Amino acid sequence: MSVPAFDATVAVLAIPAASAALLAALPGYRLTARLNVAASFLTFLAALSLFSGARGEPGQYLFVDDLNIVFVALNTFVGFTASVFSASYIRHELETGRLSPGNLRFYHAMYQTMMFGMNLAFVANNIGLMWVAVELATLTTVLMVGLYRTHEALEAAWKYFILGSVGIALALFGTILVYMAAQPVVGEGHDAMVWTTLVEHAARFDPALLNLAFVFLLIGYGTKVGLAPLHAWLPDAHAEGPTPISAVLSGLLLNVALYAVLRFKILLAASPGAIAPGPLMVGMGLVSLVFAAFMLYRRRDIKRLFAYSSIEHMGIIVFAFGMGGPLANFAGLLHMVMHSLTKSAIFYAVGHIAQVKGTQKMADISGLTVTHPGLGWAFLLGVVAIAGLPPMGVFMSEFLIVSSTFAVEPLLAIPLVLGLLTAFGALVLRATGIAFGEPSGGTAASPAPASYAPIYAHLALVLAAGLYLPPPLVGWFRNVAGLLG
Amino acid sequence: MVTALSFDIAHMLAGGLVLVSFMLLYQDRLHGLINTYALHALVLSASVAWQAWAQGAPHLYVTAAVALLFKALVIPLALHRIIRRLGIHRDIENVVGIGLTMLTGMGLVALSMVVMLRIAADADPLAREDLAMALAVVLLGLLLMVTRRNAIGQVVGFMSLENGLVLAAAGARGMPLVVEISVAFSVLVAFIVIGIVLFRIRERFDTVDIRALDDFRGERR
Repeated sequence: MSVPAFDATVAVLAIPAASAALLAALPGYRLTARLNVAASFLTFLAALSLFSGARGEPGQYLFVDDLNIVFVALNTFVGFTASVFSASYIRHELETGRLSPGNLRFYHAMYQTMMFGMNLAFVANNIGLMWVAVELATLTTVLMVGLYRTHEALEAAWKYFILGSVGIALALFGTILVYMAAQPVVGEGHDAMVWTTLVEHAARFDPALLNLAFVFLLIGYGTKVGLAPLHAWLPDAHAEGPTPISAVLSGLLLNVALYAVLRFKILLAASPGAIAPGPLMVGMGLVSLVFAAFMLYRRRDIKRLFAYSSIEHMGIIVFAFGMGGPLANFAGLLHMVMHSLTKSAIFYAVGHIAQVKGTQKMADISGLTVTHPGLGWAFLLGVVAIAGLPPMGVFMSEFLIVSSTFAVEPLLAIPLVLGLLTAFGALVLRATGIAFGEPSGGTAASPAPASYAPIYAHLALVLAAGLYLPPPLVGWFRNVAGLLG
Repeated sequence: MVTALSFDIAHMLAGGLVLVSFMLLYQDRLHGLINTYALHALVLSASVAWQAWAQGAPHLYVTAAVALLFKALVIPLALHRIIRRLGIHRDIENVVGIGLTMLTGMGLVALSMVVMLRIAADADPLAREDLAMALAVVLLGLLLMVTRRNAIGQVVGFMSLENGLVLAAAGARGMPLVVEISVAFSVLVAFIVIGIVLFRIRERFDTVDIRALDDFRGERR
């Protein structure tokens, strides 16, 4: 960029914010859907330019480091493909009359506000600001989940709102406790909330206060990650909202909360007197994994099925980060990226399936590869990937997690493998029922092949990552894994 | 400026907030619940204002003013109005009996005292005891939320929980203004969301009883 004032960090925030205001004012589907895609694409480009530009000193409010740049890039990429999917999904919803043009304007404005909130949470260098950003992203998604105004959507939005707010309130209490721990060392005022300053001085913080703070932060943000037993909002919110939002919730919003937990984990690791955050995270991760794996068998609704699968995978990721060490952190990061890509691809496919079949009940959907081959095979490929079969990228990250666990703590690998296999069985069982067999359900015409592009693009990336990871990427991830301690 | 007397007054006000939290627990009428919440916000406002004076931190007066105007006046009035306009039942059903709720509440207060006073033993005593009270208010707010079936009861529980957070933020010496404003702002936004949700609930179910929502749960057959 030749403009001297161009600042990629600011652009990542300003583009969604400006387009949210613009989209709130503009009427009409064709224009706004395209504008939404264009804005998301520009944000993605801005995020990519973060990699090239020289990084300034961390500011009082915003900063960029090796860790959050990965999150921002992933976030804006999936945000972009989700906006492409959303354009074709929303057109169908408008045609069938489930959404009115007024809803549409609201939906697009909220979409960009949510992207703004998530990006802000990533680049915030101030733990207070990060909290505000997470809250903003939560509130916008609550409104989107309730968009259809059906009984189910309202119940889901209410439940999500109440549980999400309680989680976020507890996280704020944790944030205040961190400030209390930092204040005697760093001094009063803004400095004691700037994350880079906190990490520098964390060794001298009161460890007891930090411990208590971390418990609140883990439970608070953990509610938003969807860790059992605080996951109750997640399946409902995924099942009842518009499908592009389910994809964004699973692929991105859970990562935002996870990122917050990781930031504070780094802080705790820098303080020698504090408890090791690892065992807590390992415990919650394993419980989520095993619980969600068994719950998968009882699902009747296709979106709920994959919502529980998200709980399962977040459990795996939190487990990996809880184990710590370079290899497990590396695997956790890789798994997070793979899960975001795969799960959002699956939700794109599921959105189209629910539209062509006219139902979300799995019992009423079968023979998809016969009636809609393009869609059916894409869906099947996605399930193969998320279930962890080779040669997809999820297999590689899960393999790394399991093998690193065997090396460190063989006993913990038993429940881990048990959970993985249980979930695998459930997913394959359900997917074969949907993809094969006697065709049933609606036979509406397939959407234009172009609308499958985001699905195949994601799955191609996941496949490529499973076959070959380019050395610069490996180096980058290894570096970040080192940061996580 | 921090004398023994100013200490005692800060404690009295923070303790008063815990007391009003208990009063919230046994209200069985919606209007009574909302009025008690207004009192809760009033005590919070006094407590924050006292902290502002004791710490010599003028920006906390803003927080106190926000609590007084917005939480003690605007929100209760709006809630009264919603109840009248929607013709909601005036009684609140509790999930468990009041006696048990109060006992649990006492247990929670004891828990927060034990945890906070022990952990923050070397911290500034004013902040430490304030924080212990704040934790108690937060936990009592959670208790209120789980023991009420009524949507408005849950909203009041959530707002009393946020009051506890403001008390904690005010007690933390020199905590940047950003956070207090954000808390006030979040209450505003939260309230708008709640208002919309409540309104839509009314549109669809003719009740704000959460149990009516449960019947529509996606997977119940």
